[in-house]
Amino acid sequence: MTWDWSAVGDFMPLFWDGLLVTLQALVLGSLLSFSLGLVWAFGLRSASKFVRWPVNIVTEFIRNTPLLVQLFFLFYVLPEWDITFSAMTTGVVAIGLHYSTYTMQVYRAGIEAVPVGQWEAATALNLPMTRTWTAVILPQAIRRVVPALGNYVISMLKDTPMLMAITVLDMLGEARLFAQQNFQFTEPLTVIGVAFVLISYPASLLMRALERRLVR
Amino acid sequence: MSADTPLSKDSGPTKDPEVTSSDVTSPDATSSGANPAVDGSELIRFDKVTKRFGGNTVLDDLDFSVASGKHVTLIGPSGSGKTTILRLLMTLLKPDEGTIKVGGDYLTHEEKNGKLVPAGEKHIREVRKNIGMVFQQFNLFPNMKVLRNITEAPVTVLGMSKDAAEERARELLDLVGLAEHIDKYPSQLSGGQQQRVAIARALAMRPQVLLLDEVTSALDPELVVGVLDVLRDIAGSTDITMLCVTHEMSFARDISDQVLMFDSGRVLESGPPEKIFGDPEHDRTREFLGAVL
Repeated sequence: MTWDWSAVGDFMPLFWDGLLVTLQALVLGSLLSFSLGLVWAFGLRSASKFVRWPVNIVTEFIRNTPLLVQLFFLFYVLPEWDITFSAMTTGVVAIGLHYSTYTMQVYRAGIEAVPVGQWEAATALNLPMTRTWTAVILPQAIRRVVPALGNYVISMLKDTPMLMAITVLDMLGEARLFAQQNFQFTEPLTVIGVAFVLISYPASLLMRALERRLVR
Repeated sequence: MSADTPLSKDSGPTKDPEVTSSDVTSPDATSSGANPAVDGSELIRFDKVTKRFGGNTVLDDLDFSVASGKHVTLIGPSGSGKTTILRLLMTLLKPDEGTIKVGGDYLTHEEKNGKLVPAGEKHIREVRKNIGMVFQQFNLFPNMKVLRNITEAPVTVLGMSKDAAEERARELLDLVGLAEHIDKYPSQLSGGQQQRVAIARALAMRPQVLLLDEVTSALDPELVVGVLDVLRDIAGSTDITMLCVTHEMSFARDISDQVLMFDSGRVLESGPPEKIFGDPEHDRTREFLGAVL
Protein backbone atom coordinates (compact mmCIF):
# COMPACT_ATOMS: atom_id res chain seq x y z
CA MET A 1 0.00 0.00 0.00
CA THR A 2 1.34 3.40 -0.90
CA TRP A 3 0.37 6.74 0.51
CA ASP A 4 0.01 9.48 -2.03
CA TRP A 5 -0.01 13.02 -0.61
CA SER A 6 -1.06 14.44 -3.95
CA ALA A 7 -4.24 12.36 -3.75
CA VAL A 8 -4.93 13.97 -0.38
CA GLY A 9 -4.46 17.38 -1.97
CA ASP A 10 -6.79 16.45 -4.83
CA PHE A 11 -9.45 15.19 -2.40
CA MET A 12 -9.45 18.22 -0.10
CA PRO A 13 -11.85 20.44 -2.13
CA LEU A 14 -14.35 17.58 -2.16
CA PHE A 15 -13.67 16.97 1.52
CA TRP A 16 -14.64 20.52 2.48
CA ASP A 17 -17.88 20.18 0.50
CA GLY A 18 -18.62 16.92 2.28
CA LEU A 19 -17.74 18.34 5.68
CA LEU A 20 -20.15 21.22 5.13
CA VAL A 21 -22.95 18.80 4.21
CA THR A 22 -22.19 16.58 7.20
CA LEU A 23 -22.23 19.53 9.60
CA GLN A 24 -25.43 20.90 8.05
CA ALA A 25 -27.17 17.57 8.47
CA LEU A 26 -25.84 17.34 12.01
CA VAL A 27 -26.94 20.81 13.11
CA LEU A 28 -30.38 20.64 11.50
CA GLY A 29 -30.91 17.05 12.63
CA SER A 30 -29.93 17.98 16.18
CA LEU A 31 -32.26 20.96 16.30
CA LEU A 32 -35.10 18.83 14.99
CA SER A 33 -34.42 16.05 17.47
CA PHE A 34 -34.14 18.52 20.39
CA SER A 35 -37.46 20.19 19.64
CA LEU A 36 -39.39 17.13 18.56
CA GLY A 37 -38.11 15.21 21.58
CA LEU A 38 -39.54 17.86 23.86
CA VAL A 39 -42.88 17.63 22.07
CA TRP A 40 -42.90 13.83 22.55
CA ALA A 41 -41.93 14.26 26.21
CA PHE A 42 -44.89 16.57 26.79
CA GLY A 43 -47.13 14.20 24.85
CA LEU A 44 -46.19 11.38 27.19
CA ARG A 45 -47.07 13.55 30.19
CA SER A 46 -50.46 14.45 28.76
CA ALA A 47 -53.48 13.86 30.95
CA SER A 48 -55.30 12.23 28.03
CA LYS A 49 -54.50 8.67 27.04
CA PHE A 50 -55.57 9.60 23.51
CA VAL A 51 -52.39 11.63 23.36
CA ARG A 52 -50.15 9.38 25.46
CA TRP A 53 -50.89 6.15 23.59
CA PRO A 54 -50.24 7.36 20.03
CA VAL A 55 -47.07 9.13 21.12
CA ASN A 56 -45.92 6.01 22.88
CA ILE A 57 -46.63 3.75 19.90
CA VAL A 58 -45.07 6.06 17.33
CA THR A 59 -41.90 6.69 19.30
CA GLU A 60 -41.43 3.04 20.23
CA PHE A 61 -41.83 2.13 16.58
CA ILE A 62 -39.27 4.68 15.44
CA ARG A 63 -36.80 3.80 18.17
CA ASN A 64 -37.00 0.10 17.40
CA THR A 65 -36.46 0.25 13.67
CA PRO A 66 -33.06 0.96 12.11
CA LEU A 67 -32.24 4.44 10.90
CA LEU A 68 -31.18 3.05 7.51
CA VAL A 69 -34.58 1.46 6.98
CA GLN A 70 -36.25 4.74 7.90
CA LEU A 71 -34.04 6.61 5.44
CA PHE A 72 -34.95 4.25 2.63
CA PHE A 73 -38.60 4.37 3.55
CA LEU A 74 -38.75 8.16 3.54
CA PHE A 75 -36.69 8.44 0.37
CA TYR A 76 -38.04 5.63 -1.79
CA VAL A 77 -41.50 4.80 -0.44
CA LEU A 78 -43.02 8.22 0.30
CA PRO A 79 -42.67 9.35 -3.33
CA GLU A 80 -45.08 6.52 -4.20
CA TRP A 81 -47.70 8.67 -2.46
CA ASP A 82 -46.41 11.77 -4.21
CA ILE A 83 -44.57 13.01 -1.15
CA THR A 84 -41.12 14.03 -2.29
CA PHE A 85 -38.31 15.84 -0.53
CA SER A 86 -34.74 16.47 -1.53
CA ALA A 87 -32.21 13.89 -0.36
CA MET A 88 -30.80 16.32 2.18
CA THR A 89 -34.19 17.23 3.63
CA THR A 90 -35.13 13.56 3.85
CA GLY A 91 -31.85 12.85 5.62
CA VAL A 92 -32.31 15.64 8.15
CA VAL A 93 -35.90 14.60 8.84
CA ALA A 94 -34.94 10.95 9.25
CA ILE A 95 -32.05 11.64 11.61
CA GLY A 96 -34.00 14.24 13.58
CA LEU A 97 -37.03 11.99 13.89
CA HIS A 98 -34.97 8.95 14.85
CA TYR A 99 -32.99 10.76 17.51
CA SER A 100 -36.03 12.63 18.84
CA THR A 101 -37.15 9.32 20.32
CA TYR A 102 -33.93 9.23 22.32
CA THR A 103 -33.94 12.88 23.33
CA MET A 104 -37.53 12.34 24.47
CA GLN A 105 -36.28 9.86 27.06
CA VAL A 106 -33.56 12.27 28.11
CA TYR A 107 -36.04 15.10 28.61
CA ARG A 108 -38.40 12.84 30.48
CA ALA A 109 -35.69 11.80 32.91
CA GLY A 110 -34.61 15.43 33.30
CA ILE A 111 -38.13 16.61 34.06
CA GLU A 112 -38.73 13.82 36.53
CA ALA A 113 -35.45 14.65 38.28
CA VAL A 114 -36.68 18.12 39.22
CA PRO A 115 -37.68 17.78 42.89
CA VAL A 116 -41.40 17.83 43.65
CA GLY A 117 -40.73 20.72 46.03
CA GLN A 118 -40.11 22.95 43.01
CA TRP A 119 -43.63 22.26 41.74
CA GLU A 120 -45.00 22.88 45.21
CA ALA A 121 -43.14 26.17 45.57
CA ALA A 122 -44.48 27.27 42.18
CA THR A 123 -48.01 26.40 43.32
CA ALA A 124 -47.53 28.21 46.61
CA LEU A 125 -46.48 31.31 44.67
CA ASN A 126 -49.52 30.87 42.42
CA LEU A 127 -47.42 30.78 39.25
CA PRO A 128 -49.47 29.85 36.18
CA MET A 129 -48.73 26.41 34.73
CA THR A 130 -46.96 27.70 31.61
CA ARG A 131 -44.76 29.98 33.71
CA THR A 132 -43.98 27.10 36.06
CA TRP A 133 -42.73 25.12 33.07
CA THR A 134 -40.79 27.88 31.34
CA ALA A 135 -39.27 29.62 34.36
CA VAL A 136 -38.87 26.85 36.91
CA ILE A 137 -39.06 23.27 35.61
CA LEU A 138 -37.53 23.34 32.12
CA PRO A 139 -34.49 25.48 32.97
CA GLN A 140 -33.61 22.99 35.70
CA ALA A 141 -34.46 19.92 33.64
CA ILE A 142 -32.55 21.04 30.55
CA ARG A 143 -29.50 22.04 32.54
CA ARG A 144 -29.37 18.48 33.80
CA VAL A 145 -29.74 16.91 30.36
CA VAL A 146 -27.37 19.05 28.27
CA PRO A 147 -24.53 16.50 28.56
CA ALA A 148 -26.81 13.62 27.61
CA LEU A 149 -28.14 15.56 24.63
CA GLY A 150 -24.56 16.34 23.63
CA ASN A 151 -23.69 12.67 23.63
CA TYR A 152 -26.55 12.02 21.22
CA VAL A 153 -25.21 14.75 18.96
CA ILE A 154 -21.91 12.88 18.81
CA SER A 155 -23.80 9.69 18.05
CA MET A 156 -25.68 11.51 15.32
CA LEU A 157 -22.44 12.72 13.81
CA LYS A 158 -21.29 9.15 13.46
CA ASP A 159 -24.61 8.19 11.85
CA THR A 160 -24.49 10.89 9.17
CA PRO A 161 -22.57 8.66 6.70
CA MET A 162 -25.80 6.67 6.35
CA LEU A 163 -27.16 9.62 4.39
CA MET A 164 -24.87 8.45 1.60
CA ALA A 165 -27.33 5.61 1.08
CA ILE A 166 -29.91 8.13 -0.15
CA THR A 167 -27.41 9.93 -2.42
CA VAL A 168 -26.47 12.76 -0.05
CA LEU A 169 -22.83 13.71 -0.63
CA ASP A 170 -21.65 13.96 2.94
CA MET A 171 -18.00 13.34 3.87
CA LEU A 172 -18.26 9.62 3.16
CA GLY A 173 -20.21 10.23 -0.03
CA GLU A 174 -17.51 12.55 -1.34
CA ALA A 175 -14.78 10.12 -0.32
CA ARG A 176 -16.45 7.25 -2.12
CA LEU A 177 -17.03 9.34 -5.19
CA PHE A 178 -13.37 10.39 -5.25
CA ALA A 179 -12.21 6.85 -4.65
CA GLN A 180 -14.27 5.40 -7.46
CA GLN A 181 -13.15 8.03 -9.90
CA ASN A 182 -9.44 7.80 -9.06
CA PHE A 183 -9.10 4.26 -7.78
CA GLN A 184 -7.51 5.66 -4.64
CA PHE A 185 -9.34 4.54 -1.51
CA THR A 186 -6.75 4.87 1.25
CA GLU A 187 -6.28 8.62 1.23
CA PRO A 188 -9.88 9.91 1.15
CA LEU A 189 -11.15 7.35 3.66
CA THR A 190 -8.25 8.10 6.00
CA VAL A 191 -8.87 11.83 5.74
CA ILE A 192 -12.53 11.54 6.69
CA GLY A 193 -11.71 9.05 9.45
CA VAL A 194 -9.32 11.56 10.96
CA ALA A 195 -11.92 14.30 10.51
CA PHE A 196 -14.50 12.29 12.49
CA VAL A 197 -12.03 11.80 15.31
CA LEU A 198 -11.03 15.46 15.30
CA ILE A 199 -14.64 16.51 15.66
CA SER A 200 -16.07 13.90 17.99
CA TYR A 201 -13.22 13.44 20.47
CA PRO A 202 -12.99 17.11 21.51
CA ALA A 203 -16.78 17.20 21.53
CA SER A 204 -16.92 14.28 23.94
CA LEU A 205 -14.33 15.98 26.17
CA LEU A 206 -16.50 19.08 26.12
CA MET A 207 -19.52 17.02 27.14
CA ARG A 208 -17.63 15.49 30.04
CA ALA A 209 -16.59 18.95 31.21
CA LEU A 210 -20.16 20.19 30.88
CA GLU A 211 -21.36 17.21 32.84
CA ARG A 212 -19.06 18.07 35.73
CA ARG A 213 -20.20 21.68 35.64
CA LEU A 214 -23.93 21.30 35.11
CA VAL A 215 -24.98 18.09 36.79
CA ARG A 216 -24.74 18.72 40.46
CA MET B 1 -67.28 10.43 67.30
CA SER B 2 -68.47 13.96 67.46
CA ALA B 3 -66.80 16.42 65.21
CA ASP B 4 -66.87 19.51 67.31
CA THR B 5 -63.94 20.94 69.09
CA PRO B 6 -63.72 23.90 71.36
CA LEU B 7 -61.68 25.73 68.80
CA SER B 8 -64.26 27.77 67.08
CA LYS B 9 -64.98 29.40 70.39
CA ASP B 10 -61.36 30.04 71.17
CA SER B 11 -60.72 31.68 67.88
CA GLY B 12 -63.77 33.86 68.25
CA PRO B 13 -65.42 33.74 64.86
CA THR B 14 -67.72 36.67 64.35
CA LYS B 15 -69.48 35.28 61.29
CA ASP B 16 -68.39 38.24 59.30
CA PRO B 17 -66.76 37.11 56.10
CA GLU B 18 -66.30 40.59 54.65
CA VAL B 19 -63.44 41.67 56.80
CA THR B 20 -61.15 39.13 55.30
CA SER B 21 -60.70 40.79 51.97
CA SER B 22 -57.27 42.09 52.78
CA ASP B 23 -55.28 43.40 49.95
CA VAL B 24 -52.52 41.88 47.98
CA THR B 25 -51.67 45.15 46.36
CA SER B 26 -51.48 47.81 49.04
CA PRO B 27 -47.88 48.77 49.55
CA ASP B 28 -47.38 47.89 53.14
CA ALA B 29 -49.66 45.08 54.11
CA THR B 30 -46.97 42.91 55.60
CA SER B 31 -44.40 45.32 56.83
CA SER B 32 -46.42 47.40 59.22
CA GLY B 33 -49.77 47.46 60.92
CA ALA B 34 -51.60 48.62 57.83
CA ASN B 35 -53.71 45.53 57.27
CA PRO B 36 -57.33 46.39 57.99
CA ALA B 37 -58.40 42.78 58.21
CA VAL B 38 -57.26 42.20 61.74
CA ASP B 39 -60.16 42.25 64.05
CA GLY B 40 -60.35 38.67 65.14
CA SER B 41 -62.89 37.68 62.52
CA GLU B 42 -62.78 34.19 61.10
CA LEU B 43 -60.27 33.82 58.27
CA ILE B 44 -59.86 30.08 57.90
CA ARG B 45 -62.49 27.44 58.50
CA PHE B 46 -62.20 23.69 58.18
CA ASP B 47 -65.60 22.07 58.07
CA LYS B 48 -65.76 18.30 58.60
CA VAL B 49 -62.57 17.78 56.63
CA THR B 50 -61.41 14.23 56.09
CA LYS B 51 -58.19 13.29 54.31
CA ARG B 52 -57.04 9.77 53.68
CA PHE B 53 -53.88 8.39 52.17
CA GLY B 54 -54.75 4.94 50.97
CA GLY B 55 -56.47 3.29 53.89
CA ASN B 56 -54.87 5.63 56.37
CA THR B 57 -57.14 8.40 57.67
CA VAL B 58 -54.89 11.34 58.42
CA LEU B 59 -57.56 13.91 59.13
CA ASP B 60 -60.81 12.68 60.56
CA ASP B 61 -63.89 14.88 60.26
CA LEU B 62 -61.87 17.87 61.35
CA ASP B 63 -63.48 21.17 62.32
CA PHE B 64 -61.53 24.21 63.29
CA SER B 65 -61.19 27.85 62.53
CA VAL B 66 -58.53 30.50 62.78
CA ALA B 67 -59.24 34.16 63.37
CA SER B 68 -57.66 36.82 61.22
CA GLY B 69 -54.31 38.09 62.42
CA LYS B 70 -53.76 35.26 64.89
CA HIS B 71 -50.64 33.18 65.19
CA VAL B 72 -51.61 29.60 65.57
CA THR B 73 -49.22 26.76 66.22
CA LEU B 74 -50.08 23.17 65.47
CA ILE B 75 -48.33 20.65 67.68
CA GLY B 76 -48.65 16.93 68.09
CA PRO B 77 -46.88 13.66 67.37
CA SER B 78 -45.72 13.03 63.82
CA GLY B 79 -48.43 11.55 61.64
CA SER B 80 -51.12 13.45 63.53
CA GLY B 81 -52.02 15.45 60.41
CA LYS B 82 -50.48 18.85 61.14
CA THR B 83 -48.56 19.16 57.90
CA THR B 84 -51.54 17.80 55.97
CA ILE B 85 -53.58 20.76 57.19
CA LEU B 86 -51.05 23.21 55.79
CA ARG B 87 -50.82 21.31 52.51
CA LEU B 88 -54.61 21.29 52.18
CA LEU B 89 -54.67 25.04 52.74
CA MET B 90 -51.96 25.54 50.12
CA THR B 91 -54.03 23.38 47.70
CA LEU B 92 -51.15 20.94 47.36
CA LEU B 93 -53.66 18.34 48.51
CA LYS B 94 -57.42 18.03 48.10
CA PRO B 95 -59.69 16.98 50.95
CA ASP B 96 -61.58 13.72 50.48
CA GLU B 97 -64.56 15.11 52.36
CA GLY B 98 -65.58 18.39 53.86
CA THR B 99 -64.87 21.98 52.89
CA ILE B 100 -62.26 24.59 53.62
CA LYS B 101 -62.96 28.31 53.55
CA VAL B 102 -60.40 31.07 53.42
CA GLY B 103 -61.65 34.62 53.84
CA GLY B 104 -65.22 33.47 53.33
CA ASP B 105 -64.47 31.79 49.99
CA TYR B 106 -64.43 28.07 49.49
CA LEU B 107 -60.92 26.92 48.73
CA THR B 108 -61.48 23.76 46.73
CA HIS B 109 -65.12 24.23 45.88
CA GLU B 110 -67.13 26.95 44.29
CA GLU B 111 -70.80 27.75 44.31
CA LYS B 112 -72.57 27.36 41.02
CA ASN B 113 -76.34 27.77 40.81
CA GLY B 114 -76.55 27.37 44.55
CA LYS B 115 -74.70 24.08 44.48
CA LEU B 116 -71.23 23.33 45.74
CA VAL B 117 -69.02 21.89 43.01
CA PRO B 118 -65.28 21.18 42.87
CA ALA B 119 -63.48 24.41 42.10
CA GLY B 120 -61.97 25.14 38.72
CA GLU B 121 -58.36 26.22 38.35
CA LYS B 122 -59.34 29.88 38.01
CA HIS B 123 -61.23 29.92 41.29
CA ILE B 124 -58.48 28.07 43.13
CA ARG B 125 -55.88 30.52 41.86
CA GLU B 126 -57.98 33.43 43.05
CA VAL B 127 -58.38 32.13 46.60
CA ARG B 128 -54.79 30.87 46.70
CA LYS B 129 -53.56 34.45 46.25
CA ASN B 130 -54.27 34.97 49.94
CA ILE B 131 -52.01 32.19 51.10
CA GLY B 132 -48.24 31.84 51.23
CA MET B 133 -46.12 28.98 52.42
CA VAL B 134 -42.60 28.35 53.65
CA PHE B 135 -41.39 24.78 53.31
CA GLN B 136 -39.19 22.56 55.39
CA GLN B 137 -36.78 22.14 52.45
CA PHE B 138 -36.87 25.85 51.44
CA ASN B 139 -37.64 24.97 47.80
CA LEU B 140 -36.00 28.07 46.41
CA PHE B 141 -35.62 28.04 42.63
CA PRO B 142 -31.94 27.10 42.13
CA ASN B 143 -31.87 28.50 38.60
CA MET B 144 -32.68 32.01 39.80
CA LYS B 145 -30.69 34.45 41.89
CA VAL B 146 -32.04 35.50 45.26
CA LEU B 147 -33.54 38.68 43.81
CA ARG B 148 -35.48 36.89 41.09
CA ASN B 149 -36.63 34.18 43.45
CA ILE B 150 -38.44 36.97 45.27
CA THR B 151 -39.62 39.06 42.29
CA GLU B 152 -40.68 36.26 39.93
CA ALA B 153 -44.17 35.73 41.33
CA PRO B 154 -45.00 39.38 42.16
CA VAL B 155 -44.14 40.30 38.55
CA THR B 156 -45.77 37.38 36.75
CA VAL B 157 -48.71 36.73 39.08
CA LEU B 158 -49.55 40.09 40.64
CA GLY B 159 -48.49 42.08 37.59
CA MET B 160 -46.18 44.35 39.59
CA SER B 161 -43.64 46.35 37.63
CA LYS B 162 -40.11 44.97 37.75
CA ASP B 163 -38.84 48.05 39.56
CA ALA B 164 -41.54 47.98 42.20
CA ALA B 165 -41.02 44.26 42.74
CA GLU B 166 -37.27 44.73 43.12
CA GLU B 167 -37.68 47.56 45.57
CA ARG B 168 -40.03 45.43 47.59
CA ALA B 169 -37.57 42.52 47.42
CA ARG B 170 -34.82 44.75 48.80
CA GLU B 171 -37.04 45.79 51.71
CA LEU B 172 -37.85 42.19 52.46
CA LEU B 173 -34.22 41.11 52.23
CA ASP B 174 -33.41 43.87 54.70
CA LEU B 175 -36.12 42.53 56.95
CA VAL B 176 -34.62 39.02 56.90
CA GLY B 177 -31.08 40.39 57.15
CA LEU B 178 -29.78 39.24 53.77
CA ALA B 179 -29.51 42.47 51.80
CA GLU B 180 -25.93 41.76 50.77
CA HIS B 181 -26.82 38.37 49.25
CA ILE B 182 -29.26 39.70 46.69
CA ASP B 183 -27.15 38.65 43.68
CA LYS B 184 -26.24 35.17 44.84
CA TYR B 185 -27.69 31.86 43.81
CA PRO B 186 -29.43 29.81 46.50
CA SER B 187 -26.65 27.21 46.36
CA GLN B 188 -24.21 29.87 47.56
CA LEU B 189 -26.18 30.39 50.78
CA SER B 190 -26.39 28.40 53.98
CA GLY B 191 -29.59 26.54 54.81
CA GLY B 192 -30.61 29.22 57.29
CA GLN B 193 -30.03 31.95 54.76
CA GLN B 194 -31.97 30.04 52.11
CA GLN B 195 -34.88 29.67 54.49
CA ARG B 196 -34.87 33.38 55.22
CA VAL B 197 -34.95 34.08 51.48
CA ALA B 198 -37.88 31.68 51.24
CA ILE B 199 -39.68 33.66 53.94
CA ALA B 200 -39.04 36.89 52.02
CA ARG B 201 -40.25 35.22 48.84
CA ALA B 202 -43.52 34.18 50.48
CA LEU B 203 -44.05 37.64 52.00
CA ALA B 204 -43.46 39.32 48.65
CA MET B 205 -46.84 38.00 47.53
CA ARG B 206 -48.50 39.82 50.45
CA PRO B 207 -50.49 36.84 51.62
CA GLN B 208 -53.05 37.18 54.38
CA VAL B 209 -52.04 33.81 55.68
CA LEU B 210 -48.50 32.51 56.03
CA LEU B 211 -48.09 28.77 56.42
CA LEU B 212 -44.88 27.61 58.06
CA ASP B 213 -44.22 23.92 57.66
CA GLU B 214 -41.47 22.80 60.05
CA VAL B 215 -39.32 25.57 58.66
CA THR B 216 -36.36 24.87 60.94
CA SER B 217 -36.40 21.08 60.84
CA ALA B 218 -33.89 20.80 57.99
CA LEU B 219 -31.45 23.29 59.50
CA ASP B 220 -28.29 22.77 61.49
CA PRO B 221 -28.96 23.72 65.10
CA GLU B 222 -26.84 26.88 65.01
CA LEU B 223 -28.85 28.22 62.06
CA VAL B 224 -32.25 27.74 63.67
CA VAL B 225 -32.05 30.84 65.86
CA GLY B 226 -31.61 33.26 62.96
CA VAL B 227 -34.68 31.93 61.16
CA LEU B 228 -36.82 31.95 64.30
CA ASP B 229 -35.72 35.51 65.10
CA VAL B 230 -36.88 36.63 61.67
CA LEU B 231 -40.23 34.92 62.20
CA ARG B 232 -40.63 36.45 65.67
CA ASP B 233 -39.95 39.80 64.09
CA ILE B 234 -42.58 39.25 61.42
CA ALA B 235 -45.07 37.92 63.92
CA GLY B 236 -44.52 40.96 66.13
CA SER B 237 -44.51 43.63 63.46
CA THR B 238 -47.19 42.54 60.98
CA ASP B 239 -50.82 41.56 61.02
CA ILE B 240 -50.29 38.49 58.95
CA THR B 241 -52.11 35.38 60.07
CA MET B 242 -49.66 32.54 60.77
CA LEU B 243 -50.23 28.84 60.84
CA CYS B 244 -47.16 27.15 62.07
CA VAL B 245 -46.16 23.52 62.40
CA THR B 246 -43.08 23.30 64.54
CA HIS B 247 -41.17 21.26 67.04
CA GLU B 248 -39.60 24.38 68.51
CA MET B 249 -41.77 24.62 71.60
CA SER B 250 -40.18 27.75 73.03
CA PHE B 251 -40.77 29.50 69.71
CA ALA B 252 -44.37 28.27 69.72
CA ARG B 253 -44.81 29.62 73.23
CA ASP B 254 -43.37 33.00 72.21
CA ILE B 255 -45.33 33.78 69.10
CA SER B 256 -48.59 31.87 69.44
CA ASP B 257 -51.94 33.31 70.31
CA GLN B 258 -53.29 29.84 70.21
CA VAL B 259 -51.87 26.33 70.25
CA LEU B 260 -53.68 23.34 68.79
CA MET B 261 -52.71 19.92 70.03
CA PHE B 262 -53.38 17.27 67.37
CA ASP B 263 -53.65 13.59 67.83
CA SER B 264 -54.77 11.02 65.26
CA GLY B 265 -56.18 13.57 62.86
CA ARG B 266 -58.29 15.48 65.35
CA VAL B 267 -57.79 18.43 67.63
CA LEU B 268 -57.27 17.02 71.08
CA GLU B 269 -57.26 20.39 72.80
CA SER B 270 -56.52 23.98 72.12
CA GLY B 271 -55.93 27.19 73.97
CA PRO B 272 -53.44 29.93 74.64
CA PRO B 273 -49.85 28.72 74.96
CA GLU B 274 -49.72 29.27 78.73
CA LYS B 275 -52.64 26.90 79.10
CA ILE B 276 -51.43 24.18 76.72
CA PHE B 277 -47.82 24.24 77.87
CA GLY B 278 -48.56 25.02 81.51
CA ASP B 279 -51.71 23.15 82.36
CA PRO B 280 -52.93 20.86 79.58
CA GLU B 281 -56.23 19.08 80.05
CA HIS B 282 -55.26 15.80 78.47
CA ASP B 283 -52.70 13.28 79.57
CA ARG B 284 -51.89 12.70 75.91
CA THR B 285 -50.80 16.35 75.59
CA ARG B 286 -48.77 16.09 78.77
CA GLU B 287 -47.03 12.98 77.46
CA PHE B 288 -46.26 14.62 74.14
CA LEU B 289 -44.89 17.77 75.73
CA GLY B 290 -42.88 15.68 78.17
CA ALA B 291 -41.28 13.94 75.22
CA VAL B 292 -40.38 17.06 73.21
CA LEU B 293 -39.59 19.67 75.86
